[in-house]
Amino acid sequence: MRHIGGIPIALAEREGLMESYALLIAATLNAGTVLAIAALGLLINEKVGVVNLGAEGMMLCAAIAGFAAVVHTGSDLAGFLAGMGAGALLGAIFGVMVIYLGTNQYATGLALSLFGVGFSAFVGISYVQEKLPPRTQFEIPFLADIPLVGAAFFKQHPLVYGVIAYVLALIWFLYKTRTGLVLRSVGESPESAHALGYSVRRIRFLAVMVGGALCGLSGAYISVVYTPLWVEGMVAGKGWIALALTTFATWRPARILLGAYLFGGVTMLQFHLQGLGVQVPSQFLSALPYLATIVVLALISRNPAWIRVNMPASLGKPFHPSS
Amino acid sequence: MLKLERRPEASERWRYGSPLLALLITVALGIGLFVLLGKDPVRGLQMFFWEPLKSAYALGELMVKATPLLIIALGLAVCFRSNVWNIGAEGQFVIGAVAAGGVALLADKETGRWIVVAVILAGVAGGMFWAAITAWLKDKFHANEILVSLMLVYVADMVLGYLVYGPWKDPAGYNFPQTKSFEAVTQIPRLMSGSRVSVGLILALVGVAAVWVFLFRTRSGFVQQVGGLAPSAARYAGFSSRKALWLALLTSGGAAGLTGALEVAGPIGQLTPYIPSGYGFAAIIVAYVGRLHPVGIVFSAVLMSMFYIGGELAQSRMGLPKSITGVFQGLLLFSLLACDTLVAYRLRWQSGRA
Repeated sequence: MRHIGGIPIALAEREGLMESYALLIAATLNAGTVLAIAALGLLINEKVGVVNLGAEGMMLCAAIAGFAAVVHTGSDLAGFLAGMGAGALLGAIFGVMVIYLGTNQYATGLALSLFGVGFSAFVGISYVQEKLPPRTQFEIPFLADIPLVGAAFFKQHPLVYGVIAYVLALIWFLYKTRTGLVLRSVGESPESAHALGYSVRRIRFLAVMVGGALCGLSGAYISVVYTPLWVEGMVAGKGWIALALTTFATWRPARILLGAYLFGGVTMLQFHLQGLGVQVPSQFLSALPYLATIVVLALISRNPAWIRVNMPASLGKPFHPSS
Repeated sequence: MLKLERRPEASERWRYGSPLLALLITVALGIGLFVLLGKDPVRGLQMFFWEPLKSAYALGELMVKATPLLIIALGLAVCFRSNVWNIGAEGQFVIGAVAAGGVALLADKETGRWIVVAVILAGVAGGMFWAAITAWLKDKFHANEILVSLMLVYVADMVLGYLVYGPWKDPAGYNFPQTKSFEAVTQIPRLMSGSRVSVGLILALVGVAAVWVFLFRTRSGFVQQVGGLAPSAARYAGFSSRKALWLALLTSGGAAGLTGALEVAGPIGQLTPYIPSGYGFAAIIVAYVGRLHPVGIVFSAVLMSMFYIGGELAQSRMGLPKSITGVFQGLLLFSLLACDTLVAYRLRWQSGRA
């Protein structure tokens, strides 16, 4: 059965217009969750001053790791853990290189992305025909039975709600706890953090691993829940869109979540318009998320001062403790 | 404990030693991978490092694949040296191919041989146009060129898809998503019979010389690189960073577009959805491994071409997935970046606390 964001197309076609809007909202939240998990991981990286252009590669490797784990164990949880493990491992390799060996962050991230594309295709070749055990349809009891609203909001995968809880926790952690303050200071002024006795490189390394694990979770969510199968290159640029999201959101967690839903909506709109029979070439609709990224990026970046005020000050710069 | 210690000045020896060490590490990892997969590593290495060299025909094929990588990487070298991060050469390649294909489709039985020139120029213009979008958005709106150029790769694929599934589809093509085959007159001239090597190789070698002269023997080439190495010094000297941005993107876009033209009007001969070949991404690795130096890039383009041919042979003769090429490409760039640490630092054993 063909799926859009976990929702069978046939179902979308059978229901009426209002129902199809409810399904559009549901699909938007689902698609937004993929982007939000990855972008929140990249946010942690960037808060400590590290840009990881390897997101796409990490997500691809995690997607195949997660998919393979579910094929072999039958457990989605194992899939998510495998994805997070793969992401954290690649994040750690990236971290050793940019933080301890002082390699260029852009070039190293790019290498990670190129490697991830090749490696996931290489490992994934034997999984192309594999199928996952039947997917569970989640519902929140009672709430899911409310007409329209239930279909729109209460029949989602637990991670869709999990990411909202995570954003709230992250806001509290970053802005209300001492550790969060240390984390941010490492990104804003590594020299001061170092002078106060914090190990800048260790904090950066841990943050990069956590960021990798989240990108990995997002990748596994794609291949296990969002489109439950393995296809070469199936992340299809979502890692890059997630990278752009951190800039759109001016490095604020809540804005990342909203931005992710917005882009999730754009992604889903193409299927919705096609379903309504709008006469636009399908390729144009498929290009919408990428075009939207470009347009929003241009609008947000228009004022460099605004970006500079919000951006972690040491973003992209290596730190070498000189003492 | 092993410690990194900053060298008083960058090591010239390691600047050239590092790509070689990186290649050794990649080969070592490759042997490990073959053993892990239960394949004979000697035979594996043969596919990559001996088969592509063993006959005149094989050498020709090696050049056929090295040429596009070389041309794109030359453009990217100018770009990266100016600190402009164009990673969307793949998209510029595709649009170059589309533009060249559009001109090639205009040819009919009576068209003269001059059409080849028009095809090539259209390719260059197409690639430049696609790169100019990135330049304009960066110049006017300060939009990050990494993300914009990369997003445009996906958009370029959609443009190609729209044309070959839609208006440009061959009406007599049994509904396959492809244009009709180009007239023979549009074919990029080959250098000799019996080999697919075309004049593209000559253009590439001229490009090597031109980029070398531009970078190291002209004032504008110098200005271009100062902006990349020391932006504040460039500003102080009154060099325009906007001009450098445009020049960098137009050069690399034009090079990628030229390659697109050479490919569609050369070995491929029509537009299909399979035009995007990954050359635009592989060329990033070629540019880096070649130290962003035109002569170095010649060697790295040949090396990368060996990876491509080796991957195809490993698929047909050893039953390994072709994507092993991508794995090796990625590993090579990773190892190179790690080895480059030795240019600026040296390893020291240090006992006790530092």
